[in-house]
Amino acid sequence: MAEFLQFCASGLTVGAVYALVALGFTIIYNASDVVNFAQGEFVMLGGMVTVTLSAAGVPLPLAAGAAIVAAILVGLALHRLAIEPARGASPVTLIMITIGASIFIRGVAQLVFDKQFHKLPAFSGDTPFHMLGATILPQSFWVLGGAAAIVVLLHAFFEGTIIGKAVLATAANPLAARLVGINTGSIVTLSFALGGAIGAIAGILVTPITLTSYNVGTLLALKGFAAGMLGGIGSPLGAVLGGVALGLLEAFGAGYLSSTYKDGIAFIVILVVLSALPRGLLGRRSVERV
Amino acid sequence: MRPLLSNRWATLVLLVALVAAMPLAFPSSYYYRVAALVWISALAALGLNILMGYAGQVSLGHAGFFGIGAYAVAIGPARFALNSWLCIVLGALASGALAWLVGRPILRLRGHYFAIATLGFGVLVALVLTSESGWTGGPDGTAVARLTFAGARLTGAATWYWISGGLLILGAGLALNLEESPTGRALRALNDSEIAAALAGVDVARHKLWAFVIAAVYASVAGSALALFDGFITPDTAGFLHSIELVAMVVLGGMGSVIGSVVGAAMLVTLPQLLTVFVEYEQLVLGLVVMLVLIFLRQGIVPSLRKVLARGFP
Repeated sequence: MAEFLQFCASGLTVGAVYALVALGFTIIYNASDVVNFAQGEFVMLGGMVTVTLSAAGVPLPLAAGAAIVAAILVGLALHRLAIEPARGASPVTLIMITIGASIFIRGVAQLVFDKQFHKLPAFSGDTPFHMLGATILPQSFWVLGGAAAIVVLLHAFFEGTIIGKAVLATAANPLAARLVGINTGSIVTLSFALGGAIGAIAGILVTPITLTSYNVGTLLALKGFAAGMLGGIGSPLGAVLGGVALGLLEAFGAGYLSSTYKDGIAFIVILVVLSALPRGLLGRRSVERV
Repeated sequence: MRPLLSNRWATLVLLVALVAAMPLAFPSSYYYRVAALVWISALAALGLNILMGYAGQVSLGHAGFFGIGAYAVAIGPARFALNSWLCIVLGALASGALAWLVGRPILRLRGHYFAIATLGFGVLVALVLTSESGWTGGPDGTAVARLTFAGARLTGAATWYWISGGLLILGAGLALNLEESPTGRALRALNDSEIAAALAGVDVARHKLWAFVIAAVYASVAGSALALFDGFITPDTAGFLHSIELVAMVVLGGMGSVIGSVVGAAMLVTLPQLLTVFVEYEQLVLGLVVMLVLIFLRQGIVPSLRKVLARGFP
């Protein structure tokens, strides 16, 4: 029982990070139809910028804020300099462009920062909580709480504000959205900024647990994407569910089956989901137009 | 110049001439080595080009097949005392069979699903090669027994220059033949419009699947060639970055162009050789090249060049 709870706790923590990455994917995908493989680089930037600044003596909240701003700027630059000029290209070309962008960002990060792993002190100490025999790090609560807060805020934003509704309208039907006067161009820009911010926050929250380095982005992007596929690409709720489910699958897989192949679970999930239920758990049914 | 770049026999003649004439300009065996690496990468890119250029699907895990071919010739002779030549064939068969298994359910879906599925497949292959260190030597890689032919060990850059050059010409010949075959016409038709092709009686999913299987076999043979040439292999050859490099070669040179694959491979193989002094810039430059080509030169170098030449000499 203690073991089971322990796996649950670690699975939920990792799952919350995957959920945030998947959420970033989903927001950008819904607004622009771009599958953004540079999403993991936002997470890397969040962690690395915070670590570098706080090592230079900047207080943590300020360093974290700067990291979020940096990721937003990179997200905006990605949109303006790489996605916008390629407008009208095929989805696969756009995927390749974002992969190129992620390799580029990683290459720059390797020069600007370094190739070492970096640690950030936990936000509220390292004294673990004991709960029915399971040990939980305080930082896990920061990750879970942060992810929950982002989900709630996003929900409020989408359902309660006029700009949020414009984002939803653009996702549902860009042409119709333009017809009712929504500036879909700025909505896409906004979605890249949001994607960058959410990725950076995930990176900041999880760095005290997992460490960070210039190349953590790729695997996170791939796993976040797997989570999105599992939940159903395009569905924000699906992204969150998929992320948590993937985190739990990994934790239980590593605990009960084989820790060597922990990182493989996400990709087995991709292959199984695509073969068996390509729309994911909560994806939209799509009708093909001829 | 224009017929030279478009006619299929001319393409082959050009390639043969290139392979035959290049050594005349080589001052040292280092050049043989780099050129052999170009031919091997070009062979893998050529296979991928059949999938991307003819069938319109992209595989983001193609290095997985490359790795399977490479490790087939590493593990087979070392663990099972199998003949290396047989292992090349076994690796190719295994790659083809895996491509068939992965591709069959997923090529029925439209859009970018196939790219994602192959990506997952490639990462899994690299993970297995890294983790099963009892068999594969783990992340540090493993030695590969040299190929022998008529009692002679095939080693050295010059020897492998001719072997890989020959393989590339053979691969290009098969690809050009395929292009003109009924299968090739069906592939081009479905690349132009899947709906129109399906209406004309082309089994779209089956033809895409065949293109994927063929592409996997090309990559596997190229992987075997690299392992036998280097005498050593690491799981990086099957990694995500290598998959992206292969796709970049195809896109850079031009989708659907045989010469384009060779040009793309030549650019991406020589780039790190030129950048050895700036090794930390390699990723930066690779990412930048991929982005710039896709944004500004969407058709790739060779088709764009062909268009310019066609305009220049009507």
